Amino acid sequence: MLGAALNRLIGMAIVMAIVVTIVFIIVRVTPGDPAAVMLGPDATAADVEALRQRLGLDGTILEQFISYIGGIFRGDLGQSIFLGQPVTTALWLRAEPTFFLTIFSLAIATVIALPIGVASAYWRGSWFDQAMTSLAMFAASVPSFWLGLIFIQTFAVSLGWFPTSGYGGPYSTLGERLYHLVLPATTLGIVSSALIMRFTRASMLDVLNDDYVRTARSKGMSEWRVVVRHALKNALIPILTVVGLTAALLISGAIVTETVFALPGVGNLIVSAVLRRDYPVIQGALLIVAGLYVLVNFAIDMLYLLVDPRVRY
Amino acid sequence: MAALASSGQDKSPNLLVRLLARPTAAAGLIVITLVVLAAIFAPLLTPHSPSQLSIVNRLTAPNGQFWLGTDELGRDILTRVLYAGQTSLSVAFSVVIVSSLIGIVLGLVAGFFRKADAPVSRVIDAMMAFPDILLAIALVAALGASAFNVVLALGIVYAPRMARVVRASTLVIRELPYVEAARALAVPTPIILVRHVLRNVTSPLLVQGTFIFAQAILAEAGLSFLGVGISPDIPTWGTMISAGRQFMNSASWLLLYPGLAIVITVLALQLLGDGLRDLLDPRLAKDI
Repeated sequence: MLGAALNRLIGMAIVMAIVVTIVFIIVRVTPGDPAAVMLGPDATAADVEALRQRLGLDGTILEQFISYIGGIFRGDLGQSIFLGQPVTTALWLRAEPTFFLTIFSLAIATVIALPIGVASAYWRGSWFDQAMTSLAMFAASVPSFWLGLIFIQTFAVSLGWFPTSGYGGPYSTLGERLYHLVLPATTLGIVSSALIMRFTRASMLDVLNDDYVRTARSKGMSEWRVVVRHALKNALIPILTVVGLTAALLISGAIVTETVFALPGVGNLIVSAVLRRDYPVIQGALLIVAGLYVLVNFAIDMLYLLVDPRVRY
Repeated sequence: MAALASSGQDKSPNLLVRLLARPTAAAGLIVITLVVLAAIFAPLLTPHSPSQLSIVNRLTAPNGQFWLGTDELGRDILTRVLYAGQTSLSVAFSVVIVSSLIGIVLGLVAGFFRKADAPVSRVIDAMMAFPDILLAIALVAALGASAFNVVLALGIVYAPRMARVVRASTLVIRELPYVEAARALAVPTPIILVRHVLRNVTSPLLVQGTFIFAQAILAEAGLSFLGVGISPDIPTWGTMISAGRQFMNSASWLLLYPGLAIVITVLALQLLGDGLRDLLDPRLAKDI
């Protein structure tokens, strides 16, 4: 088991190294001088040169790569060009709305998807199953920003139940801030529930035909206990996997959703960084998001090792 | 394995017939065909011009003359949705082509050459770690915003998915007797790859391509909405929603109908993809 864990750890380290390299390369595929591109056409040659030095763009590619890796190990992702603060600080200051948005929408997605997925598998092939499977496919076909705009129009503008945008003022209470997140989280939750539902259904179908489920039934256990205590408990691991990966992927949805609802989160920071060509911020955000994804994946792998003795190869 | 091996023979001319025998897949196929035809024949279908300004008719609600209303410059929304479909569909289709080309090369190399498998697969894993929209906007930011770069960026973003599918099939096909026979006859490797392997991965490619087509339509719209995609002057479903946003309160039809066009098209593609997968790739048809 220790050997298997070590194997996964090495695999993860390799993938992480490639992620770092990809992030380094992406910013350097810019045609022309990134410093000149960032400062725009009005910049003087001296300004461009100064920025080149500040970004370490004056060295060879290898020197740049080494100093970039060194920075990562020191927790230094560089300086934002426009915000005048370190990239890590800029990301940290905007982490809260994104964090709550992700948790909140994940909770909504799971609350919608889990019971529906279980029921669909239980009544497989019924009208309910077919209706819910179609509904999931429909939800996965809706552009999240479009759904968000319709929600704003309906629930914020017409009905006035929720704020149209923003995250409350700087001194707002946690309750007020979460209230601002209801519409964005519902939007994101609905759109991402489709995947969780499909996985729950498939995972439940796998276990519902297993011997221990039949045994539980034949000893006269109530259907509810059979489904929830025996089947769902065993189907839960693959479901947790997809929930975990959805959490990492929600950042993609957060980018769009935060823009729709003007939430001052990481997604919003990334979009403005892209529009202002603030490369250090783009680079830092890419690295952290992809790094998180790799870590979540690794954690899930480890969880499997712990829970399921069959995967110890 | 047997299922995959036989999937090569499933490409018989009656694939279409068998597809049409499944209600949901048939619905998907018919709808996507209609959408494509409507986009191609847009000039014949509508009496209006997509760019003709008409200040008198601006922000008209849907009526007999303008079925889906007009925008802030008096242009007919239905006409613009049809014409925008040309761009949205061709961008998404180009993304499928680009991601297939990259994915086929990576997948064949990883699946066929044992030594290349580990390094190529790790690169694919690493690329899959980036959420699609995030990687796409970073690439567009680096390359510069243009339709060509949007296609290139999204092509790169979806290439790993294609590569995984091609790799998985190649791993199986590599071990089949006819590939072994070709090797024994000293057929050059490139010819084995193209004639014997590639021809038999077309089914999973078709399935995956349909899903990427759907994802690319959503992603292009997302990029346009964020303002990092195709120029706002070119009507696509995404740029129309983005532009219609400011009139959301007074003229919701501006963003409602381009959005519906996306939903209908993506849904049709997903239904078609599901049907194709059930027919062509029985291994994966397992209820997911």
